[in-house]
Amino acid sequence: MDKALIPDGLKRCPLPVFSLWLLVLLGIIGWGVYAGVVVLLDALNVTGLNDYFGFGFYITIDLAIIALGAGAFFSGFLYYGLSRYFPALKELHKIINLAVIVGFVCYTGALAVLLLEIGQPLRGWFGYWHANVHSMLTEVIFCISCYAIVLVIEYVPIILENRKLDAIKPLHVFGHTLHELMAIFALTGTFLSFFHQGSLGGVAGVLFARPFAYRTGFFVWPWTFFLFILSAIASGPAFTALICRAIEKVTRKKLVDDSVYELIAKIVGRLLLVYIVLKIADTLYWALVLAPEFGLKLTDFYRAPYGMWLLVTEILICGVIPAIVLNVPGARKSSTILFLAFFMDCAGIVINRFVMTIQALATPVMPFDRWEVYVPTMYEWAPGIAMLAYCALVISLSYRYLPVFPREKELNP
Amino acid sequence: MSDKAHAQSGVRYGMAIDLDKCTGCMACSVACQAENNISFRPDESNKLRSITWMEVYLLDNKKDYPDYQFTYLPRPCMHCDAPHHSPCTFVCPVNATTRDEHNGIVTHIYPRCIGCRYCIVACPYHARDFNWWDPKWPKSMEAMLSPEVSPRMRGVVEKCTFCHHRMLKARSKAYNEGSDPDQITYVPACAEACPTGAIKFGNLHDPQSEVAKLAKDPRAFRILAKLHTEPKVFYLSKYQWVHKLSDNGLGEAAH
Ligand code: SF4
Ligand code: SF4
Repeated sequence: MDKALIPDGLKRCPLPVFSLWLLVLLGIIGWGVYAGVVVLLDALNVTGLNDYFGFGFYITIDLAIIALGAGAFFSGFLYYGLSRYFPALKELHKIINLAVIVGFVCYTGALAVLLLEIGQPLRGWFGYWHANVHSMLTEVIFCISCYAIVLVIEYVPIILENRKLDAIKPLHVFGHTLHELMAIFALTGTFLSFFHQGSLGGVAGVLFARPFAYRTGFFVWPWTFFLFILSAIASGPAFTALICRAIEKVTRKKLVDDSVYELIAKIVGRLLLVYIVLKIADTLYWALVLAPEFGLKLTDFYRAPYGMWLLVTEILICGVIPAIVLNVPGARKSSTILFLAFFMDCAGIVINRFVMTIQALATPVMPFDRWEVYVPTMYEWAPGIAMLAYCALVISLSYRYLPVFPREKELNP
Repeated sequence: MSDKAHAQSGVRYGMAIDLDKCTGCMACSVACQAENNISFRPDESNKLRSITWMEVYLLDNKKDYPDYQFTYLPRPCMHCDAPHHSPCTFVCPVNATTRDEHNGIVTHIYPRCIGCRYCIVACPYHARDFNWWDPKWPKSMEAMLSPEVSPRMRGVVEKCTFCHHRMLKARSKAYNEGSDPDQITYVPACAEACPTGAIKFGNLHDPQSEVAKLAKDPRAFRILAKLHTEPKVFYLSKYQWVHKLSDNGLGEAAH
């Protein structure tokens, strides 16, 4: 029925099957929208947040999804910015469309959840109007919204490649012109992204009265600023690769050459190694120098359920292990090990964002404070899960109706 | 972060609370609640969501009878005087909470606050509360609301202001009388209500003021001094175990 919309010469599942899948996703999105509307109308008291946990699930999932969405800007930077010097990076052309789409859904989804997070959503625009230049959040607000616009501009030409749309002459010319300009947008996006990935790290790192989160740094930027950038570029492309493999598994097709995964593994592996070495150095400095200056020991920061296991899982299991695996050519050859390493890499970054948000608040600062535990409610889970469903929806529609993978036809004769 | 401090004027309002005098009667907390139109709910059992500008903590020395000792510790906003910025003002993306460098009071502009709660996260003293609900008072209480303090709307943060509406009133009076507004003294509601006179308030930069003298008393200490938040609220106690509870790593009583 929708054959005319499907890219020429490509096979897609029957429309009823696809519709059923869409229906499931729409159901989940509806559930999340309902929860979101309740939050907006009935206020944040329906969530698990309180005066102890000013930040919670919304901020954690936003930080995580924005880090994982970094594949868009970083692949763009490598492909449009560096591939003329390193021709091997041209391979990324085969996955760059997917990276842009993943980035687009991650950022737009995160922005929607962010709207629920603030107590006065109608005043959201004050961030531009009354901007406090000292606040890391101001940097985040500016860069994320500007970058979301860049992502829209990057996504539009992919949409315009749809068979039916491409047949319309003015749209064809418009899309083509945008394509020509893509390098400029990709590099603008890179600039913006470096800043907001960093300032998201800065949000925690500048809290000089919160010993768990606070870090010294360079000029106005705490070390977390740089660690967040590094961890985002060390996990974003891995997340894109994981999504690509998931689409391959579901569609039972080969969509990109193995060489693309191999290239991503090499890039991510090196970056993750650098990141994890610096992260360990940062943790040691924090534990041995910074915390004692505030009269605290490393063990003061950990207590069940936020125990040391979080530190071990984040740095050792989901950091050191994938960093080693991805740097061993033999290990990269096995696709199971490769994707497991990608997954662990992404999981480690998600744990990092959780720890820097929720555990940073659970840890008492005044000696007569108590440990508190934060439990999100359905009104936090639902919009979060709906955001993931929204990501899946846009990716599914894009895959079905747009020529996302340039090599799909050759790889599936 | 730059260590350069903002230029300060000759006025720095601060408070000294003598814990040896405090009986834990909570008159300060109640007076604050009434003075500042702080809203409350029929069920206030969830203390992590109740709005209390002047929170009274109960501390003890963790020992058994007969060595057991306890003290009460009233905690307003510390109006942190850290160079450059207070922990909370520094992070607000919309300049809704700022420190008035003329007098050191950390203020909050409610109609500008977007309710992101970043300031709550930044404050180590839990001095800030969020309005989780629309503010409501029993009908019979509405006539008792103070016309001098604006009530806060749902979705914004609020905290102790050192009753700066009283300061503004005193300054206007001085101005109208032709005297120097910077020389005024005023008393916040908590200090006024305290039956034992445990709370003293005044200009820390005036060496003759009682509060400045108390701040230099050997019994004086500040909470979390190691964080360099530079609180302008000083506490006094003759008990070492209380001093040890004021900061991390000061001794066994701290754990
Ligand atoms: S006590 Fe908290 S709210 Fe008050 S000035 Fe210090 S950081 Fe800000
Ligand atoms: S909650 Fe209000 S005052 Fe606090 S940081 Fe956000 S906008 Fe500023």
